[in-house]
Amino acid sequence: MGYSLVLTLPEIILSASAIALLMVAAFAGDKAARLSTWLAVLAFIGAALVVPGVTGPGGIAFNGLFVADSFAAFAKILIYVAAAIAMLSAMSWFARDGVYRTEYPVLILLSSVGMGMMASAGDLITLYVGLELQSLAAYVLASFQRKDSRSAEAGLKYFVLGALASGILLYGVSLLYGFSGSTSFEGIAAAIATDGISTGELFGIVFVLAGLAFKVSAVPFHMWTPDVYEGAPTPVTAFFASAPKVAAMALLTRVTIEALGAATFEWRQIVIFMALASTILGGVAAIGQQNIKRLLAYSSINNVGFALIGLAAGTPEGVASVLFYMTVYVVMTLGTFFVVLRMRDEAGQPVETIVSLSGLSRTRPALAAAMAMFMFSIAGIPPLMGFWPKFYVFEAAVAANLTWLAAVGIATSVIGAFYYLRIIKVMYFDDPAPAFEARRDLVSSAVILAAALFVSPLGWFALEPLGTASLNAAGALF
Amino acid sequence: MNIQLIVFLPLLAAAIAGLGNRAIGNTAAKAITTGALFVSCALSWPVFLGFLSGGLQEQVVTVLPWLRSGDLVVDWSLRVDTLTAVMLIVVTTVSSLVHLYSWGYMAEDDSQPRFFAYLSLFTFAMLMLVTADNLIQMFFGWEGVGLASYLLIGFWYQKPSANAAAIKAFVVNRVGDFGFSLGIFGTFLIFGTVSIPEILAAAPGMTGSTIGFLGTRFDTMTVLCLLLFVGAMGKSAQLGLHTWLPDAMEGPTPVSALIHAATMVTAGVFMVCRLSPMFETSDTALTVVTFVGAATALFAATVGTVQNDIKRVIAYSTCSQLGYMFFAAGVGAYGAAMFHLFTHAFFKALLFLGAGSVIHAMHHEQDMRFYGGLRKSIPLTYWAMMAGTLAITGVGVIGVFGFAGFYSKDAIIEGAFAAGTTAGGIAFFVGVFAALLTSFYSWRLVFLTFFGKPRWAASEHIQHALHGDHHDHPSDEDAGHDPHGHEAPAHAIKEGTGGHHPHESPWPMLVPLIVLTIGAIFAGFVFHGPFLEPGEGTAFWAGSIAFDEHLMHAIHEVPLWVKLSPAAVMILGFLIAFAAYIRDTSIPDRFVGQFGVLYKFLLNKWYFDELYNLLFVRPAFWFGRLFWKKGDEATIDRFGPNGVAAVAVAGNRLFTRLQSGYLYSYAFVMLIGLAAATTWVMAR
Amino acid sequence: MGAGLGREHCRRCALPLSRQPNLKGHDRNVIQTFTFYLFATIVIASGALTILSRNPVHSVLWLILAFFNAAGLMLILGAEFIAMLLVIVYVGAVAVLFLFVVMMLDVDFAEMRAGFARYAGFGALMAVVLLAEMIFAVAAWNAGGVSVASKAAPVDPSVPNIEALGTVLFTRYLYIFEAAGLVLLVAMIGAIVLTHRTRSGLRPQNPSEQNRRRPEEATRNMNPGIGQGVEL
Repeated sequence: MGYSLVLTLPEIILSASAIALLMVAAFAGDKAARLSTWLAVLAFIGAALVVPGVTGPGGIAFNGLFVADSFAAFAKILIYVAAAIAMLSAMSWFARDGVYRTEYPVLILLSSVGMGMMASAGDLITLYVGLELQSLAAYVLASFQRKDSRSAEAGLKYFVLGALASGILLYGVSLLYGFSGSTSFEGIAAAIATDGISTGELFGIVFVLAGLAFKVSAVPFHMWTPDVYEGAPTPVTAFFASAPKVAAMALLTRVTIEALGAATFEWRQIVIFMALASTILGGVAAIGQQNIKRLLAYSSINNVGFALIGLAAGTPEGVASVLFYMTVYVVMTLGTFFVVLRMRDEAGQPVETIVSLSGLSRTRPALAAAMAMFMFSIAGIPPLMGFWPKFYVFEAAVAANLTWLAAVGIATSVIGAFYYLRIIKVMYFDDPAPAFEARRDLVSSAVILAAALFVSPLGWFALEPLGTASLNAAGALF
Repeated sequence: MNIQLIVFLPLLAAAIAGLGNRAIGNTAAKAITTGALFVSCALSWPVFLGFLSGGLQEQVVTVLPWLRSGDLVVDWSLRVDTLTAVMLIVVTTVSSLVHLYSWGYMAEDDSQPRFFAYLSLFTFAMLMLVTADNLIQMFFGWEGVGLASYLLIGFWYQKPSANAAAIKAFVVNRVGDFGFSLGIFGTFLIFGTVSIPEILAAAPGMTGSTIGFLGTRFDTMTVLCLLLFVGAMGKSAQLGLHTWLPDAMEGPTPVSALIHAATMVTAGVFMVCRLSPMFETSDTALTVVTFVGAATALFAATVGTVQNDIKRVIAYSTCSQLGYMFFAAGVGAYGAAMFHLFTHAFFKALLFLGAGSVIHAMHHEQDMRFYGGLRKSIPLTYWAMMAGTLAITGVGVIGVFGFAGFYSKDAIIEGAFAAGTTAGGIAFFVGVFAALLTSFYSWRLVFLTFFGKPRWAASEHIQHALHGDHHDHPSDEDAGHDPHGHEAPAHAIKEGTGGHHPHESPWPMLVPLIVLTIGAIFAGFVFHGPFLEPGEGTAFWAGSIAFDEHLMHAIHEVPLWVKLSPAAVMILGFLIAFAAYIRDTSIPDRFVGQFGVLYKFLLNKWYFDELYNLLFVRPAFWFGRLFWKKGDEATIDRFGPNGVAAVAVAGNRLFTRLQSGYLYSYAFVMLIGLAAATTWVMAR
Repeated sequence: MGAGLGREHCRRCALPLSRQPNLKGHDRNVIQTFTFYLFATIVIASGALTILSRNPVHSVLWLILAFFNAAGLMLILGAEFIAMLLVIVYVGAVAVLFLFVVMMLDVDFAEMRAGFARYAGFGALMAVVLLAEMIFAVAAWNAGGVSVASKAAPVDPSVPNIEALGTVLFTRYLYIFEAAGLVLLVAMIGAIVLTHRTRSGLRPQNPSEQNRRRPEEATRNMNPGIGQGVEL
């Protein structure tokens, strides 16, 4: 048991900090919001730092409920860093548009505990509890700006549909347990391997995949995404688009590979369908969007589709490409959202329309350049970093004899390129719209700069270590 | 031997000037490129003199491996032998003088660094071409000079006519280059190598072999040589592919002097000489070369007699002289061809630069009908042009002294006669007749420009210049000259200075003129021994071309009337020109009145452009439009990009409608997806 | 879920034999079967009525009935603790809370029903499809003859239900138990964040201050002139 506790040290750090910060919140009130945010950042740093330490040898804790392997470590570090950065964006934003409350970092911390559980799940029960911990915090965050009716609506929609998805997931979990006789991934895998896959298990797989697809917002379980992304406060949207996506993707990968590895043939078709439907819908539906947050929601659907192509390969290379994809995606998305967070008119009111970006290259050249880089990168234009994850994903698909899938994926990425390039066109070729307010924000500038550097060809230096780390992490699942 | 320095200094200079552009400023760009060229030139002459004295042997310097793919081995290597050495000094000397000349000529241009970078880039490519040890590298240089030529013809890209000319030059050259590349492919197919020495060594062994194509068997060497010759025809503007050269005069005059007179256009001649052992294996190919060369010499000379644009006259003259070189090569007198190339480079560059000086003095007026009486205003230019004219018409006394062209051209004409073949005989007569025309149009140019009374008053350019809005911007050169500009009504031309006072050009322009004048006067006299004489020549060329000692002997044995005929027609041409343009200036008009059809035929350049327009350009446009409208827009675009876009837009509308904002419709979509997925896995 | 499944099962009703210590042979199963079908029928019927009732209060009442009968089913399985939990927590707390919410909130049910009617046909189709597939799945399970018994966890009849659950919960599933605590914590924080508001203009009591108050601080003597005694 003691050893088990050591393995869960990152979660313990985060949850203990959350409770401690809750005390701060209770006694110091909202005055301590900034302080507790920074303390939460420290907690994230601490958790991220102990992750490689406790997973050094790797291990299984609590009778297989919790797995601390290199896969979980990779995902957790990414999750913690993304969550911390997304949290930072909230401080100045809420301070200007309402009250920044001390509960915000606490909720982010608790949500991250759930995400860590998801990444480390070795059992269907851990899977479910982790997922619910993450989701419940997310529902609250979505309606955090409760005076804003859009925010409240987003929270409600997210909650109701999330509950439906949880129900579906839970039903699948019970089917899987009922028919395989075990809730642990290992036990399920053993049952499928020895007895072959039964119809009931097949059902369970479909329902579990559907529930998880909701969390990664893969088509057709994506419907909540545009509405929630648009309605939720922008820093929360930034958070939704980054860390939870990674956690859900990691969980989906772990379930399909570790628990259902023997049934690859069965789930692959569903994953392929979701991948293609997501890339196509994410590309096509984004074309007509006027709101940048909505557009980014479709962009996230689109990107998840590409990552799923890597998962469909079902090979170590495929899993590595998924991790790699999510890493680069998170950087690009956070960079983009930090730019979006800067979009405020002269009166300081946030603006979200794409039209308001018109002529940004003239009014705010540096911001426009950064945004252009992110857009080019997400579109997958070669010298930039965004090209590589797509490349690896397609490479993995081809290596798994899914050449047609890679070909269709490449074709659909062209559709997606359209609206990324449209933003660049609007920024660089349209007549300037009223300028955004000029305001110094060191944290935001630093994040944008770092993200821009990462997606620039300088990021190639990260290719090698990232590639090695993701392959190493993927190896833990096989 | 610093061959690497010679070749790569211009590239370095071009890179600095081109990339630095405005950052380093005009003066620095000019100084770097010109300096590099002068160093390159100074290094080239010792190489040439080394070969002249026999102190240097042929050698190959490998710079870098380039391609290694199966049998195909291509290295970047610089081959230096006598032939290369001759080309080296021609290229670097003329190029460095043109660089210097451009200081003056381009002084008021806005983008001088670009100009000088192009010039140096051209020089590098040309040097790559002449030092090539294999066909691929030669092709690299070949395309490089083509590119530089394109860039420089279109240098004043604001002018539509310059753009059109640049495109035309590029497209026409593409036809030639296609032949050339086919020739290279064929050569590799037959010989399994692209290395020039290996090909030349193996060529005699392939004589008489045949190659099958479309069910017919052709003589291998004939096919290869003809394909390669098509490339030479394109680059050297031989009859059929010549149409781009006159239009290329849209470029700045120094460019015309360097690229379209002295160096690039002679690349075809160089290539034939370089591959002369190969051409020697096919009589058919040589006959074709002879005929094409002779026809070009005649055609261009006839057209040159009626042109009014000073640069076009010289351009046609160039074309004609290239014809001489080719038929010299065709009859086997490669030494004579190279010698004419060598001397021609000097006097033709001189003529062009002189013309540039005249144009400069006349505020970019290029129509000779608006010149006249310039002898006294710009005496130095006048004397330089005079030397050039004496050189091109081949003035000299046998055995005593002659201007440059005297030695080279007479050697070609005599060589054609001495070859003793039918083709040679025809070429001889054509050559003599073309010499008559050469003499006539050259003197016509001189008389119209420098003698008689000033006829400047009617020139629009000069009026512009005098009426305040003095835009002496070189990019206005030729501005009013569409291809048919020379059909300006004759009654518009009236005598008088119009108040204009031409000035001599600045020193940077005069110094190259003086240097080239010296070359035009003495190049033939000094070097005819090693280039042409039987014993000396064999030692000099040292196997770098197929130097035919017997033919060179035979040249000395030709009858006296043959020897005298060039001189005779030269004097005749002078007399006609004198009669028509000095003594009685009404003769040309009367001639036009009498032989209107012939005049029109010549003025319109034998209607080649019109013919091509009808045969190629219009059908090409028609096809292009067909593929564009029907093929691309109606088929590919409609079902491809536009179709996809339409589907995407329709899909977008559908998805937007589904995204209604209502919770239950979202839940429904999820459930439908779930039901579909379960049905799918069950049904399977 | 499968927590109550024992090692041996009745062939007819698939119920575990180990849970019926007082009946002998197959006779005991007659009563069991009867009660099972009774409870099950009522659960399904009241579930359907929960959805179909026009009056939301009736819906909640039907829901409570469904909970009760579900508890009955649990009892048959021998999961008496869960049965009690169902009654106490779901019936006693959750459903009653529902009742309050439904009665207090002014929800426009007509509007909701309009959406329901619009999608009813399609929804029914979906339900039928899913139901058919589930039946198919269960039939396949039976046809395949997979022995569920070998997969169920062994249950020691001598250990009471609560004790057994507690043992597992605090050893094997400790981690998840704690995590579930965090879930509740989040729910609590969420509720506070979303609903708690600090109202301005309130006058909260401060007992110690009120106690320390003395007449001298609260009153002052005035000597107003005529017509000036009233301060407004």
